Amino acid sequence: MKCGIVVFPGSNCDHDCYHILKHILNQETHWLWHKEEVDLESFDLVVLPGGFSYGDYLRAGAIARFSPIMNSIIRFAKKGGKVLGICNGFQILLECGLLPGVLIQNQSRKFICKNVFVCIDNPDTAFTQDCGEKNVLQIPIAHHQGSYYIDPYSLSQLEENGQIIFRYCEPGGNVSVESNPNGSVGSVAGVANEQKNVMGMMPHPERCADPLWSRTDGQIIFQSLISNS
Amino acid sequence: MLAQIHVTFKEGILDPQGKTVHHALNDLGYDEVLDVNIGKYLEIKLDSASEEEAEIRVREMCEQLLANTVIESFRFTIVPTE
Repeated sequence: MKCGIVVFPGSNCDHDCYHILKHILNQETHWLWHKEEVDLESFDLVVLPGGFSYGDYLRAGAIARFSPIMNSIIRFAKKGGKVLGICNGFQILLECGLLPGVLIQNQSRKFICKNVFVCIDNPDTAFTQDCGEKNVLQIPIAHHQGSYYIDPYSLSQLEENGQIIFRYCEPGGNVSVESNPNGSVGSVAGVANEQKNVMGMMPHPERCADPLWSRTDGQIIFQSLISNS
Repeated sequence: MLAQIHVTFKEGILDPQGKTVHHALNDLGYDEVLDVNIGKYLEIKLDSASEEEAEIRVREMCEQLLANTVIESFRFTIVPTE
């Protein structure tokens, strides 16, 4: 699988994503500089990593979406190319309209950094197909603007189309108010576009994908993409 | 010319900051406070030929970048400067 990791000014999870894809999963991985508009046709996957692109000024992701590389990514996505946005990458995908909804400040107004559980709402996507029997993953979150919002009608549309990929849950998989860390509507932790080739998620799979660590649940997402390519 | 722009959350969108300030004001005894909505205020200096032109361009700026119209609304006034 040929992967591209986008680097914006302020990205800080780009090296983690690069490390997992290149050194742990042995995939051909390239950097994509935000200022360059490049042809992505030969790529299988583009990752928009977490961080604080443009300092989160105005709104998280609001300025990054106008970077030249985003024109390439939008063209790539429209042709069916796979795009994974993690945390700030998710915020950018929402701002540029590749994904529906918005992310607002956490209900608690606090930056939250901890391990959470997410259940896989749709196991039949390129991002989740290798989950097998496993329907709950433990993945860390680290964000301040991670409360997903979309109007109730659009949320029901997302549910109907299987576009909700992950929801925050209890260790056993039960979705409850208590297991929702940030106040997201429907406990949504990750959504896809209608075609399911673009997915954004707040949890950081790249932070739990190296076997040096005790947990590697995040690998499932990258492995699924490899199997699918 | 100067554009004075306010960007605020739309009705029904949870504003955690506003809610906290609302509670704080109530705690201080300002029981008449019914709701607090915290937004952004921007001032943009313009070199526009006319007020009409400025209005069109500022509306565009708001829609394209300054507000996320899924959750935010905006309003602005154009005032002449020396």
